[in-house]
Amino acid sequence: MPKDSGIGASPKRREDVRFLTGRGQYTDDININGQLYVHFLRSDMAHATINGIDTSEAEGMPGVVRVFTGADFEGVGSIPCGWQVTDRHGEPMQEPAHPVLAQGKVRHVGDPIAAVVAETYAQARDAAEALVPDLEELPAVIDMKDAVKDGTTKVHDDLTSNLCYDWGFVEENRDAVAKAMDEAAHVTTLELVNNRLVANPMEPRVAVGDYNPGTDDHTLYTTSQNPHVIRLLMGAFVLGIPEHKLRVVAPDVGGGFGTKIFHYAEEAFVTFAAKQIGRPVKWTASRSEAFMSDAHGRDHVTKIELALDAENNFTAIRTETYANMGAYLSTFAPSVPTWLHGTLMAGNYKTPLIYVNVKAVFTNTVPVDAYRGAGRPEATFQLERVIDKAARELGVDPLALRRQNFITEFPYATPVAVEYDTGDYEATLSKLEEIADISGFEARRRESEAKGKWRGLGMNCYIEACGIAPSALVGQLGARAGLYESATVRVNATGGLSVMTGSHSHGQGHETSFAQVVADMIGIDDGMVEIVHGDTSKVPMGMGTYGSRSLAVGGSAIVRATEKIIAKAKKIAAHLMEASEGDIELKDGQFTVAGTDKSVAWGDVTLAAYVPHNYPLEEIEPGLEETAFYDPANFTYPSGAYACEVEVDPETGHVTIERFAAADDFGNVVNPMIVEGQVHGGLAQGIGQALLENCSYDEDGQLISASYMDYAMPRADDVPMFDVDHSCQTPCTHNPLGVKGCGEAGAIGSPPAVVNAVIDALQSGGKNVMHIDMPLSPNRVWAAMQGA
Amino acid sequence: MYAFEMERPQTIADAVAALKDEDAQALGGGQTLIPTLKQRLAMPSKLVSLHGIAQMKGVCTDDDGRICIGGATTHQQVSESAGDYPALAWLASRIGDPAVRNRGTIGGSLANNDPSACYPAAALGSGAVIVTDNREIAADDYFQGMFTTALNEGEIITEVKFPVPSHAAYMKFIQPASRFPLVAVFVAKFDDGVRVAITGASEEGVFRWGEAESALSGNFAPEAVDGLSVDPSGMIGDLHGTKEYRAHLVGVMTKRAVKAAAAGETGVSSAH
Amino acid sequence: MSHVSMKVNGKEVGGEVEGRTLLVDFLREDLKMTGTHVGCDTSQCGACVVHVDGKAVKACTIFALEAEGAEVTTIEGMANADGSLGVVQAAFQEHHGLQCGFCTPGMVMAGAALLKENPKPSEAEIRQYLEGNICRCTGYHNIVKAIMAASGQDVEPPAVAAE
Repeated sequence: MPKDSGIGASPKRREDVRFLTGRGQYTDDININGQLYVHFLRSDMAHATINGIDTSEAEGMPGVVRVFTGADFEGVGSIPCGWQVTDRHGEPMQEPAHPVLAQGKVRHVGDPIAAVVAETYAQARDAAEALVPDLEELPAVIDMKDAVKDGTTKVHDDLTSNLCYDWGFVEENRDAVAKAMDEAAHVTTLELVNNRLVANPMEPRVAVGDYNPGTDDHTLYTTSQNPHVIRLLMGAFVLGIPEHKLRVVAPDVGGGFGTKIFHYAEEAFVTFAAKQIGRPVKWTASRSEAFMSDAHGRDHVTKIELALDAENNFTAIRTETYANMGAYLSTFAPSVPTWLHGTLMAGNYKTPLIYVNVKAVFTNTVPVDAYRGAGRPEATFQLERVIDKAARELGVDPLALRRQNFITEFPYATPVAVEYDTGDYEATLSKLEEIADISGFEARRRESEAKGKWRGLGMNCYIEACGIAPSALVGQLGARAGLYESATVRVNATGGLSVMTGSHSHGQGHETSFAQVVADMIGIDDGMVEIVHGDTSKVPMGMGTYGSRSLAVGGSAIVRATEKIIAKAKKIAAHLMEASEGDIELKDGQFTVAGTDKSVAWGDVTLAAYVPHNYPLEEIEPGLEETAFYDPANFTYPSGAYACEVEVDPETGHVTIERFAAADDFGNVVNPMIVEGQVHGGLAQGIGQALLENCSYDEDGQLISASYMDYAMPRADDVPMFDVDHSCQTPCTHNPLGVKGCGEAGAIGSPPAVVNAVIDALQSGGKNVMHIDMPLSPNRVWAAMQGA
Repeated sequence: MYAFEMERPQTIADAVAALKDEDAQALGGGQTLIPTLKQRLAMPSKLVSLHGIAQMKGVCTDDDGRICIGGATTHQQVSESAGDYPALAWLASRIGDPAVRNRGTIGGSLANNDPSACYPAAALGSGAVIVTDNREIAADDYFQGMFTTALNEGEIITEVKFPVPSHAAYMKFIQPASRFPLVAVFVAKFDDGVRVAITGASEEGVFRWGEAESALSGNFAPEAVDGLSVDPSGMIGDLHGTKEYRAHLVGVMTKRAVKAAAAGETGVSSAH
Repeated sequence: MSHVSMKVNGKEVGGEVEGRTLLVDFLREDLKMTGTHVGCDTSQCGACVVHVDGKAVKACTIFALEAEGAEVTTIEGMANADGSLGVVQAAFQEHHGLQCGFCTPGMVMAGAALLKENPKPSEAEIRQYLEGNICRCTGYHNIVKAIMAASGQDVEPPAVAAE
């Protein structure tokens, strides 16, 4: 019988009612009395010296309250980076300053030069056009390999070069890997580009700053995945506001996908300007502004080599990557190509020797940081593509080659510093073969041929490390913060609960699934549990939502806090029933004394906690509220296998996705409906990367794909219905729920399946094409066919 | 957007009068003009909305059997009412998206003459007549390059008259971001010959592919186009397709359009 | 400034607007009805879709003055008279057709417009009709299912674990 409540059920999401009736409250829906509007004048040059800005005309225009330039932010802190990478030689990365408004130079198209604050948005924009910046254009640094050549123009004059760091991992293995390459029976080499993407949550970023001079309290409403992190970074490093005087609220947030993790200049600006002017200041990004100011994702140029012995066992992997940082270091940027990428290079396979080299490069482009998957898609893509290529070169079945090299015993310590706790890669691959109807593929291929189309089948496996992250470990790796999560469970006198979590929800459905967990533990109705998130004045602390960490880390904190609640409630129940605490059992919201028919209800106990007339006051305090901080012992390691079938039009190169199947192992699942929804969304983003999306700059640093007219978002008719399965479950061994994290898997695992499928289709059509760089646009596929 | 006044005349005469003001601009459905205004790429002092002019709306058939479409008729109305010219109705049914089709108008599209728009291919491919408030212009004289037409300042397209061919089809290969044609071909077979109009491809905007027309007028079959090609040098080259690719697609889409038209089909889009 | 009046969700409303005031701005700023969202500035994302005289229209690509005298329906007007979710809204909740909720108003309005034109659309027809509505969360799978379900066609219920 299917479950209808608690863990494993799929209740309707409670947040949906407000979203479906137009009663959500997103940041742009917030308007404060007396509010002003800011418009940023952004650089239209990729790289230029600012000789000066004439603000006089703009300052006199209707409605203008004040014009700010970089000079107003002298003495204000730099927007900080939250992660420091140490390079191959033991030296710290090069870390440039990142002012709120540009000072001295602009370094990418979209870099804010000045800001006009006015009574209306239109007035602010009108006046911004009257600003006259004196910019002297400098050569733009765009190509990463050119950027690190001697004598190249520097993005930051005070750094020694455009190289942020040259990272080797594991550096001690460098020579051993080189030797293994030399001695291999076969080495497959693949050079590829992991295309630059724009996250594009449908809600553009918004920030509203407010200041109360009577109390010296600052409030920032912002579209953030982690309001506490913004409070810490902006308060401590940029504006010098102590946390008790700074409230950050992230209300309903319309998607994040990583790009709303980071602390942005506009957030600091509105908070700063609200105090300077003494009135609230609001900024709402247009989509065009979002394209040139939201942190971008991916953008790696990679060469990977896979060494095999004569029996086709993997013996070594070596990869060299140029990773684009853009013009400044965004909050987590340095960690993405290193610790979120290098540590995943073993994939699902027992390869004894691995060496990863990453050169992070500054260019005159928008900063690049985490986007759904963050480093793990880049690792998965190169590994699963090179394995497919190796199979083709060796003339062996690509799945057999994978199976032969699978890790089969757990825990498994990889040569790239992580230990997989559980997994069963054969199980998900077998499940995939079933749900994708692999045995029926040849018949489908013939049907496609009859229509004049080439059909291809691409499959791959993936593993990812999420549930970010063990604080001590990431501290060693350069994280400047701990990555625990906190929860406070407040039980009210009449038995209802308010659960304050640091895991922000911006589409993931925490308000529903977290309530399921707490209700299940106590044995009460889900509706008695309210989930509170997104406001630093309500939630004690939080590290936020990213890295598929919400349930694994935030959920675990909730479990720990609820366990404390139950322990205390049992003491109260024991007192009420005059029994021994050790004999108290809690089931279905009833406390019972083992072996007797005595019982008290949950509500009787909670009332006793707040109306302590009959209460052991000498032994326990009244009240029922507990806080827990949970720091995971390890990452979690979701894994799975994906299959994609495509049709290629031989005359045009146009690719259509005909079928897509995903078999995932997420460990235990709290809400299957929500988990499947997460996978669907991830798959569409991965398919988007593989076929459609391409953030492109020209050689002068102009952003070519700067709107939805040129940046191809996946639409409903670009994707099929998905066949997804999560029945293979090897529970995580180190968190109390046994859960692994499902938010990023789809985006991590799907791009190689799509590309493998297109290559397979072209090969079936007699075209000896081994690789095409994403996105596989019709033009690129057609061009690859010519002469192949 | 910059500030402007809005006028909403009820008659063509009032609209023409309102457009005599300096920097006044006609507003059709606004589906291209409004995004342009948002980017502050245009600065009209006044917009003259044609939306309220009843005499410019609707689809009928004239004595010569031509389908006559009022200039302020939406794409949606054309798709529903131009059933006597199925390829034209199909083309209208796939412009933009449903919400765009409920506002966008044929007059607005032809007046703008976006090099990737659909309607110019239908008008040129059909040999339509563009009727304005003061004259009639043959399609062959009307399209004068990317975003350039024979219209004078303040001149309004009041009606478009389409001769109905015996066979016609529109074959659209979309640019995946904008969903405008990357290359699209409108083929129409009349008793006196075949017309082939190409949109999306050329730096000069919509054009007739004369070589293909000659070949197809002799033999209305896809093979007739074999061996023919357009010169890539005049094609648009951008992020989504090189000049060579567009030139290649012109050939492929033309053959497919001929095949569809000969088979009595009306059109196909590469968007499913 | 000019006066504009229209009927929004059955109620007569009016206000003073500029020529350049978009319908979506009139709804959000003047009427304080913030259910209609703006997700782009090139008329593509569809988060702002409302019905004007019964037809789906992008509220960011029509001036408020052009809606003079029109009957406008927004997401706030889609619930039943008793406040319960309307059929399309309820299907979106039942089939998890939304995640972050930002594109949802436009999706619901587009879905409702489709069902008026085509009461039993196929999967392909739904996907084609949603060409002008972008969702970044759901991969469209459950949106398509929800619209199918709202049309009364059989779809698989959401996954649940066995007890």
